[in-house]
Amino acid sequence: MVVVLTLTFAAFGLDVSASLAIMWKGAFSDKVAIARTLVRATPLCLAGLGIVVAWRAGMYNIGGEGQYVLGGIGGAFCAKFLSILMPSVLSIFILLSGIVCGALFGALAGWLYVKRGVQVVISTILLNFLALLTLEWTLRGPLQESKKQTFVTDTLPNEVMLMRFDSGTDLHSGVFIALIATVLIWVFLRYTIPGFHLRVVGDSPDAARANKLPVGAIQIRAMAISGGLCGLAGSVDYVGLTGRLADGYSQNWGFIAIPVALLGGLTPIGTLGSATYFGALFAGSEVLKRSTPIGNSVVPAVQGFAVLAYIAILWALNRKSQRRAD
Amino acid sequence: MEALVWFFLIAQFTAPVAFAALGETVGQKAGVLNIGLEGTILVACYAAVVASAATGSWIIGLLAAVLIGAILNLVQGFFTVVLASDQVVAGTAVNLIGLGLTSTLFDAGVASGQKFSGVAGIPKLPLGMDLLLLSLPIFAWGVHWLLFRTQFGLALRGAGEYPPAVESAGFSVIRLRLIALLIGGVFAGLAGAYLTLGTASSFAPNMTAGRGFIAIALVTFGRWKPMWVLGASFLIGILDWLQVALQGRSAIPIQFFMALPYVVALIVLVAVGKGTQTPHSLGLAYRREK
Repeated sequence: MVVVLTLTFAAFGLDVSASLAIMWKGAFSDKVAIARTLVRATPLCLAGLGIVVAWRAGMYNIGGEGQYVLGGIGGAFCAKFLSILMPSVLSIFILLSGIVCGALFGALAGWLYVKRGVQVVISTILLNFLALLTLEWTLRGPLQESKKQTFVTDTLPNEVMLMRFDSGTDLHSGVFIALIATVLIWVFLRYTIPGFHLRVVGDSPDAARANKLPVGAIQIRAMAISGGLCGLAGSVDYVGLTGRLADGYSQNWGFIAIPVALLGGLTPIGTLGSATYFGALFAGSEVLKRSTPIGNSVVPAVQGFAVLAYIAILWALNRKSQRRAD
Repeated sequence: MEALVWFFLIAQFTAPVAFAALGETVGQKAGVLNIGLEGTILVACYAAVVASAATGSWIIGLLAAVLIGAILNLVQGFFTVVLASDQVVAGTAVNLIGLGLTSTLFDAGVASGQKFSGVAGIPKLPLGMDLLLLSLPIFAWGVHWLLFRTQFGLALRGAGEYPPAVESAGFSVIRLRLIALLIGGVFAGLAGAYLTLGTASSFAPNMTAGRGFIAIALVTFGRWKPMWVLGASFLIGILDWLQVALQGRSAIPIQFFMALPYVVALIVLVAVGKGTQTPHSLGLAYRREK
């Protein structure tokens, strides 16, 4: 991926080593930079885990974006209408409502597939747009800030926000939520019976059916877990980083989480690693934007090329092992 | 007269999605689900505007869009058809590349004073018609003819239904699917060209705004029949036009109207279910037997 990045810089006629150095500095040089990397990696990891769970069950959830946004909306509704609660309790409620909203949204797509045969790829894409429009509407309706001037929500009071470790950086305790989620999903997929069933359904629905597994229910459950994780990513960003919602609240996080999961080999641990890598890429490109015309928008391109390269490498390895078998 | 002006206005909203959906129909009939359509159209939009700005000719812009659309689809086809990798994965990669590359090129271009608006567009005839718009029904009929009235179309459809049979009849499934993708790429290029040169004659990052995805849904909506797909596109075009026409004039939040195309597409998909018309091998890679 460094190669892709190098080629990109060269294509734009930038000084390659200087640009890479700026990105490195922006991602790792000091505690501010490292915090920046981890903060970007957190939603990528959570939503990436969501993608892992769905795709391992054979459900092509492209709706991480919508589920992320609904997670944020759910959190914001909680903040607005349950503000009488103790701040720390409220934070937990916001996170939980993010999970619930995302899970319901994901389960809806799963249900449409199981009951009506609507392809998950297509339904989740359409639902993404509906989620984004719901965000736009709530910001002009029920969730608009109390002065009714701009299209944002009220900013959360500091006590409700997740704990920060250092007032100089954005790093919040949501990063631990991502770590815990990684371990939980890893254990779930690898060591539990429902996790095993989920993988069987993904690898071969026919084999699962032959063994009398409730395939439809497992698929819907996988989509619910997936949506819940993506929704959690949305509410963690809300209650950890931004403290409010605005148009463009999700900067493609749910979408970019797909290649994060793919390049992580659709495994939880791999996803944690690739989320950190792309978090660093985001952090670095944000700093790079200050001195060159290239900014965050380069990240999806790098991801796209990386995914294609990954496919090609897998294919080559596969062929090699087949040749050996022959 | 008035009615005709309205009709062509709505047709302008229809055309980009319709072109894309017709191309996607060919691909899906051959068994290839082109998830990368959105990214392909976006790159075609960029190519159309840049080529038109550089040469001052909309025809060159159109050709550039068609060429780049075909190339991108063949690149995707190399991965999904030749390497037999997962179609959703490769398509997603193409979408990411399309989004990332055009946004980055746009940022860099703006910084260096490149022109992204007011380029030479498709000349308008009376009533808001133009040549590309008028050719749309001909293209739709052409796709129908190709798929259902020719030997080649039969083989193509076979590649989407039961590839081994086509292979044993002496065709190459891989070649058929690549040709289908090539045709789809040309149509995606036309969609990108119309979206830019046919309307505002400008480019903006992520300007496709999901039209590629809508086009994919429209193919299912239109039951894989080109004329039905065209009709379905027109319905979505009406809904798309409605939200622009009603902007600021209605008591109901505008987002409600903006959501209509997506809601209607979803409802139709739910109503028709999977049905028996889905090409059987849609989305499945074909590996030749040894």
